Amino acid sequence: MTDLSTPNALELHHLSVAYRVGGRNRAVLRDLSLTIRPGEAYGLVGESGCGKSTVALSVVRYLPRNGVITAGEIALVGHNVMKLDNESLRRMRAESVSMVYQDPGKALNPSIRIGRQMTEIFELRGISDQAAVDQAISMLNRVRISDPIRVMQRYPHQLSGGMQQRVGIAMALASDPTMLILDEPTTGLDATVEAEVLDLIAKLRQELSASILFISHNLAVVSRMCDRVGVLYAGMLVEEGTTAEVFNNPRHPYTVALLRCLPRGGQRKDQIRLDTIPGFLPAPGATITGCPFADRCALADSRCHNELPPLHDLGGRLSRCHYHERAQDLPRTTPGSIAAAPAAHGREPVLRIKDLNKTYAAHGHALRAVNDVSLDLMPGQTLGLVGESGSGKTTFARLLLGLVPADSGGSMQLDGQPLASKLESRSADQVKAMQIVFQNPDSALNRAHSIRHIMGRALRTLAGLKGAAQQKRLIELVRSVRLTERHLSVKPRQLSGGLKQRVAIARAFAGDPRIVVCDEPTSALDVSVQAAILNLLADLQTKEHVSYIFISHDLAVVRYLSDHIAVLYLGRIMEIGPSERVFSGPHHPYTEALLSAVPKLDETEPSRVRLDGEIPSAVNPPSGCVFHTRCPRKIGAICEEQEPPLFDSEPEHRIRCHIPFEELARLQKKQEVIPA
Amino acid sequence: MTATDIKQPDLPAPPIKHSPAMEVVAALGRSGSFITGLVIVVFWVLCALFGEYFTPHDPLADDIINALMPPSADNWFGTDQLGRDVFSRVIVGSRDILTVAPLATLLATIAGTTLGLFTGYFRGLVDDVISRILEAFMAIPVVIVALLAIVALGTSKTTVIIVIGLSFAPIIARTVRSAVLSERELDYVAAAQLRRESALHTMFVEILPNVIPPILVETTVRLGYAIFAVATLSFMGFGIQPPSPDWGLSISSNYGMIGGGFWWTVLFDAFAIASLVIGVNLVADGVQGALND
Repeated sequence: MTDLSTPNALELHHLSVAYRVGGRNRAVLRDLSLTIRPGEAYGLVGESGCGKSTVALSVVRYLPRNGVITAGEIALVGHNVMKLDNESLRRMRAESVSMVYQDPGKALNPSIRIGRQMTEIFELRGISDQAAVDQAISMLNRVRISDPIRVMQRYPHQLSGGMQQRVGIAMALASDPTMLILDEPTTGLDATVEAEVLDLIAKLRQELSASILFISHNLAVVSRMCDRVGVLYAGMLVEEGTTAEVFNNPRHPYTVALLRCLPRGGQRKDQIRLDTIPGFLPAPGATITGCPFADRCALADSRCHNELPPLHDLGGRLSRCHYHERAQDLPRTTPGSIAAAPAAHGREPVLRIKDLNKTYAAHGHALRAVNDVSLDLMPGQTLGLVGESGSGKTTFARLLLGLVPADSGGSMQLDGQPLASKLESRSADQVKAMQIVFQNPDSALNRAHSIRHIMGRALRTLAGLKGAAQQKRLIELVRSVRLTERHLSVKPRQLSGGLKQRVAIARAFAGDPRIVVCDEPTSALDVSVQAAILNLLADLQTKEHVSYIFISHDLAVVRYLSDHIAVLYLGRIMEIGPSERVFSGPHHPYTEALLSAVPKLDETEPSRVRLDGEIPSAVNPPSGCVFHTRCPRKIGAICEEQEPPLFDSEPEHRIRCHIPFEELARLQKKQEVIPA
Repeated sequence: MTATDIKQPDLPAPPIKHSPAMEVVAALGRSGSFITGLVIVVFWVLCALFGEYFTPHDPLADDIINALMPPSADNWFGTDQLGRDVFSRVIVGSRDILTVAPLATLLATIAGTTLGLFTGYFRGLVDDVISRILEAFMAIPVVIVALLAIVALGTSKTTVIIVIGLSFAPIIARTVRSAVLSERELDYVAAAQLRRESALHTMFVEILPNVIPPILVETTVRLGYAIFAVATLSFMGFGIQPPSPDWGLSISSNYGMIGGGFWWTVLFDAFAIASLVIGVNLVADGVQGALND
């Protein structure tokens, strides 16, 4: 079928890769074959640990020292990569294949100016000084950097993350490669910046001829960017096909299960529990006799456990499942139904915040991280906080907890009692009433202590329990997050990310808190684990009647768990209201932009609104409406001169915008009717 | 679709991993420099403990008639100006240095760790004041501080231990402080604050176990310097006092003889000091490598 005159951009034939650990070869990739045609964008998805990055590293032969290719062949534009000597390998890396890494801040050399790093690439190809500079400028123009000369004089740390990634892409494209490998290129970026970078890559695809290998854990991003997609599991390709086919009509239970873990289409905690994938990915090097997914698959029978399914060819697509025709009948592993929601609770807010401010001193300037924030949190409800990084979400959470003291002037009330801004001045009951689940459990759990010690200490200090009573409650608590006593004796490093986060959640619940702040609790986790954690949080809320302040950059996750949403920008609340109203709109132009920046799996049309540039510095916020510098719906001078009030648009729904609510409704409605 | 009775993900066996301590021990076992260093150090420790039972002669017995004899079958390393057997003296000469130097290092580690925890944990004014004082101490050479203190307090092993211990403490404090500074940014410290743990609990129970590796490295490195410092002080007459067969002291009382060609009175003691310092440094090197892997 392929045109014989142009070789395929990349062909992997029965590739097996192992890492040598403790004197044993542990298989990471198993008999992996795939083909990327010229000009094609191929997405590789799967949970962490399934071998995605190893594929990328093998292709450019950058495997770590203990990595060995145990079998198979890699052909890059018709050349066998494994037979290249050092010189031709160097030439191949310089000329035909480029890589863009996840963390541009680490991929760029921090001590060399951008300009030098760019020209170096051209000089390697024998282009003289001045010509190299010119080419670098045109390359930066190409990645939509408007002022390349100034950017070239900077050091990487002087650029924002989005800008750094553009430079990374420009450098990757500088050699006009035939194969571009993108390894999680937008994972560390804000949704708005991610949208920009993805737009850029999509546009560059039309301008350049490069084929793309796009590696991501984010299914929605891959579905937006790629023509075809391969699903990797335990180092094996389990499904492959066009993006639309695989995501809309998956034929492998793993793909089916993965798609079900994502909160989609506005699912909410009071309607349904998310499905999860039981069990764990086989460890690297595990002996797999049958289907690698069999242990976690509800469809599996004895054949699946004993006989490795071949890659069935289903007419242009592949599935490694004995029962691919009924993959979608995969039963749910977590009941979707939920216990009846408890009756409405009292109408008195558990937490009432009024005019909360926080000013930091930054190099002699005042930096106002949180600006006049007022809100109420009702008992048993969740308030979602959204906004780009730098919008003050985390600072706000730390103010509530008393970890940083607020400026004087504002007030906080917990259950009607005044709440001091300093932790030391709070009563013991107030301290234990507010706890937090941190983003990164590795940092949140003391790695020197056993789980038993960590939990026991929390029960002793927060619940005042000792001895047998402590033991009893410890077991209860551990069971309530669905861990067992067996987990108590180990140290955090011996647990997986999801299990560690369960421990952190159990610790937060040790003193029967009234409010738990969840600061991006699932962003470090895989989707299947994320689903389990979200379910757990929702269940605990129903059972313990606790309120959450839920911070996340993932809007679908926030939507699933939140009753109310507050949208923050430069420390100000731009919009606040019941979750459904904020999401369904009409909404603040900033909310609108955030929502359309997120790639969605069910997306039918390209998103409409894009934000230009970066969030301005809080040291020197824009005059008037702080959002006017980036607002796609700016109406005129009034936006630059007057700060709009937080206006009651509908009952309980407030928006900080000069555009009247009805007008916003009209503008946002109109856009929906006319496809872009 | 109904829920099936598939096992929920609540019973994952904790993966079998070796404890961090076991991994470090295994890495040490693979480290050539650690093993070499350990063999040298253990050799001298055994000599210090049991050497007196094996020495061919009494290391303290004078024999003026046979003074300054060159190495021979009877006196392998020759004899010194009082006719004492150099070989026997070298064998037991590590006794004092191997009590004084480790005790001084231990004192430095305890004091330095405590100071480092306080400065790193409290930061701010506490850090500023203590750190400036420590820096001022570090600006003065150890030997000068030691000389002044010993002149003021009188010569004794205890004085030497205290002087060397306290002058090394600021260096260890600085290492511990920087480790604590990055450690206290981790969320488990915030979690401890949210449980209202006392500062002492947070410092010594939460943070300390996590900064043990840099402390261990610094301690072994300091031990090498401490041996060096004790030998130097003994050589200058302010450390270990006669009639101990201490190496530094022996060199000090015999180095005038080198001009007369009596090299054996000094050379073997010098080699002994060098080998012990090198041995300790090799151990330190191995420890550092194993902990940083």
